[in-house]
Amino acid sequence: MSVGEAELQRDRAERRRGLFLALPSFVYMILFFALPLVIVLVYSFATRTSSGSTSLSNWNLDAYRKLGEPIVRNVVVRSIVLAVITTAICLVVAYPFAWFCAHQRPNVRNLLLVAVMIPFWTNFLVRNYAWRILLSTGGPLSSLTERIGIGETNLLFTKTAVVIGLVYAFLPFMILPLYASIDRIDGRLIEAGRDLYGSGSQTFRRIVLPLTMPGVIAGSILVFVPSMGAYVTPELLGGGKETLLGSYIVTQFLTARNWPVGASMSFVLMAVMLVSTIIYFRAGGKNL
Amino acid sequence: MLIFLYAPIILLVVYSFSASRIPGQWGGFTSEWYVKLFEDPRIQRTIGVSIRVALVSTVISTMLGTMSALALERFKFRGKRVFDALLYLPIIIPDVTMAVMMLMFFTQAFDLLNLVFGIGLSKGFATIVVSHIAFNIAYVSVVVRARVAGMDATLEQAASDLYASRWQAFRYVTLPLIAPGVLGGALLAITLSLDDVVVTQFVAGPGSTTLPVYVFSLIRKGVTPTINAVSVIMLVASLILVAGSVGLQRASAARGRQQLRTTGGK
Repeated sequence: MSVGEAELQRDRAERRRGLFLALPSFVYMILFFALPLVIVLVYSFATRTSSGSTSLSNWNLDAYRKLGEPIVRNVVVRSIVLAVITTAICLVVAYPFAWFCAHQRPNVRNLLLVAVMIPFWTNFLVRNYAWRILLSTGGPLSSLTERIGIGETNLLFTKTAVVIGLVYAFLPFMILPLYASIDRIDGRLIEAGRDLYGSGSQTFRRIVLPLTMPGVIAGSILVFVPSMGAYVTPELLGGGKETLLGSYIVTQFLTARNWPVGASMSFVLMAVMLVSTIIYFRAGGKNL
Repeated sequence: MLIFLYAPIILLVVYSFSASRIPGQWGGFTSEWYVKLFEDPRIQRTIGVSIRVALVSTVISTMLGTMSALALERFKFRGKRVFDALLYLPIIIPDVTMAVMMLMFFTQAFDLLNLVFGIGLSKGFATIVVSHIAFNIAYVSVVVRARVAGMDATLEQAASDLYASRWQAFRYVTLPLIAPGVLGGALLAITLSLDDVVVTQFVAGPGSTTLPVYVFSLIRKGVTPTINAVSVIMLVASLILVAGSVGLQRASAARGRQQLRTTGGK
């Protein structure tokens, strides 16, 4: 046997070992993830019969055409608007904070970043519930504003409450990529900008902002995507008054029993996610 | 910023000791709600389900996730790119979509099993565990991969040059080196399993539900002081897990520095 042949055989054995290691998860993911995904796709082209069951015999795009109906269109538009507002607020709040973090001594900086991450690791439901208590009528926030003379605030079950909850939940997703990109700016570039008589805002607009754009894009997507599909936060803080896409999909399955529409809207949500992910990687998100 | 991040959590803890029947209003100190909570059989049962689901799904997804991480970082094999992509999807897919997928899958699978074999299955503990593993494998594998990628592959080669069998090289060289990554992955899996509301709500049966799903349904009916107390318990549980993972990072970083010093740095 020649050396080349022996090597080939060893290579083949290695490949077998690799496949053997991956096989259990591979099979699991195909059976319990890929297959369910295909089922949802198939159902999104099915028809709901008058009895509430689903007929697969006649494939069509009816469920997707629902997007054109005012009720569904409003739900989608409302979800997009709330997600955009949430993302914008996160960006405006997180940018100065990330800037501040990046310009601290390493010890302080690490402490701040851990402090940002800890609430993010605590139970998601509890974090939303805390705001429910905070914003409740006669609750802590309301009595505070009353005491300082602004009067009672009744924010619970409004869009504002939903946005507050979403900002609170996803803020760390904005802070961390922004911090990473601000931390990498070469300080000499800013100095050069000032030396060339650039004003503060000019230096920010022409130098700092373009350099941190990958962080801005990555953070915005990491906030926008989960806000768009949020279900728990709008239910708890919005009181289910203003239906968002997440709640709409859940209703289609658990109460309306219209599986094709629920399935097609899940795919609309996934499409948003996929497009965003592609933009994220294009913007160099993988390096963050 | 830090006030915004921590005030809600701290206020929740404070108000859970308030004697007022209206949550969010202060009426003097009491621990009554905690006593009530531990007397409630439904809360006890759902806590039990949550813990069992978290443990079983974490053990299985940690094993499967670690194996996939090693396969993806150390080996070439047929279908590797498909496998890699398949393992990224659960991380980026929205909760609601994942929930819909699992619900439809189990409904279809149970219908089919009933039709072909006459086995009548229903949603419950097993379906929750299967779904949690389906999203946790991906997270564990990402965490472990980061660790495997940072590990020096020549160490394994050295072991096999010294006549260690494949298994011995894994057991005595690879595993101790990637252990912090495996533990970190397991902690993330437990956290995600205890956190999940949306997917579990879709695949839970009438008899078995996890604590977060039960609490979510209670909150929707209306807030009570008992929910405050349950939330604080959940908060404390998740904080213990965070402390665990932060401690783990510190320990492994310290050990790394020590290794560098003993080997003279590299």
